[in-house]
Amino acid sequence: MTQQPIELILLRQFADHVATPLWITDAAGDLIYYNEPAETILGRRFDESEPMPAAVLAERFATRDLDDQPLPTQRIPLVIALNQRIPAHARLRILGLDGTWRTIEATAIPIIGQGGRLVGAMAAFWENDQP
Amino acid sequence: MKVRLWGTRGSLARAGAQTVGYGGDTSAVEVRGDDGSLLILDAGSGLQRLGNSLEACPARVDILLSHLHMDHVQGLGFFSPIFDPNVSVHVWGPVSSKLGLGERLLRYLSPPLFPVRLRELPSLVFHDVEPGDFQVDSFRVTADLVLHPGPTLGYRITEDDAVLAYLPDHEPALGSDRFPTNPEWISGYSLAKRADLLIHDAQYTNSEYASRVGWGHSTFENSLAFAEMAGVGRLVSFHHDPDHSDQFLDDLHAPAVGGGTSGVELLPGKQGAVFEL
Repeated sequence: MTQQPIELILLRQFADHVATPLWITDAAGDLIYYNEPAETILGRRFDESEPMPAAVLAERFATRDLDDQPLPTQRIPLVIALNQRIPAHARLRILGLDGTWRTIEATAIPIIGQGGRLVGAMAAFWENDQP
Repeated sequence: MKVRLWGTRGSLARAGAQTVGYGGDTSAVEVRGDDGSLLILDAGSGLQRLGNSLEACPARVDILLSHLHMDHVQGLGFFSPIFDPNVSVHVWGPVSSKLGLGERLLRYLSPPLFPVRLRELPSLVFHDVEPGDFQVDSFRVTADLVLHPGPTLGYRITEDDAVLAYLPDHEPALGSDRFPTNPEWISGYSLAKRADLLIHDAQYTNSEYASRVGWGHSTFENSLAFAEMAGVGRLVSFHHDPDHSDQFLDDLHAPAVGGGTSGVELLPGKQGAVFEL
């Protein structure tokens, strides 16, 4: 078993202690954790979820823009954070694992370790059905 | 590989009748390869006597710093080989996003905090270490960041089949309600995994830790649990609290020496102890 980088271990511990829904990916974009507050929005407990490499995330969590059109991958905040190493924010709709569409606000930031290593990204998100 | 402990005390050197057994000097460990190659782990106050013990100092000495807290660097300015123009001293330590290793060390090792400017010593060479592998003489070194305030490295040192893991300042239980759980999420696991000898932080008792969470150190029991989880052969307790006397440490170690209930062979980290791998 491979140990996660220390920055992601700390981030997961942080996620376990806050009420803000948080989603964490590694540098490859694989989902490695979401916390309990995020489970309500994503529709399934993390411990009951299958492993989710980056390649299957778009299938598991379909996303649309506010006009109900499929959201291009390049506009998803986490993808922007990972690919461009910049923070990104968007309002979008996401299909949870319980089959429910929800409108969320999501802000993603890249996680860059000492020496400039990209170790992953984190997204905080909130359900927001306001027009 | 032969390992000798020259300093085992944590945080602050503590000389006195109460610390003769476990030692009063701060972190310094001598590692000798089968061919006599020399590698030094940390530059605490124990480094001074280590330096004085070198009858024939090699032309190159390598010192791996876990981090730059005072108890791990205060011996550097008293390490006699750095004043020898025929010796090149290579100092390795964690990379920072702001300043190079040498610049950060010079904040302390220069007037008014220290009488000599280390930058005036041409024999010193600094290496900023990022997580990864590198070769030092006959040793394969793996460095990785571990849980401790500020950038802090743990090291895994391999020579042939012998593996030494060195995590002198480490709080892997931080933020975990059920330590140790999944190794994937435990700081330092990859460094320590199935090492022949693990030198690990064991500074606090459980009752002391309750008021020192986040200070970057382990309890004695958590160091044992970490060693067991990582499947190491032998655990050397290290970074003893300056307020822990020999008698206190003997009492703390007694239930676990010889294997106890954990299956890990516990070796009390005493200054002067030598281990063969």
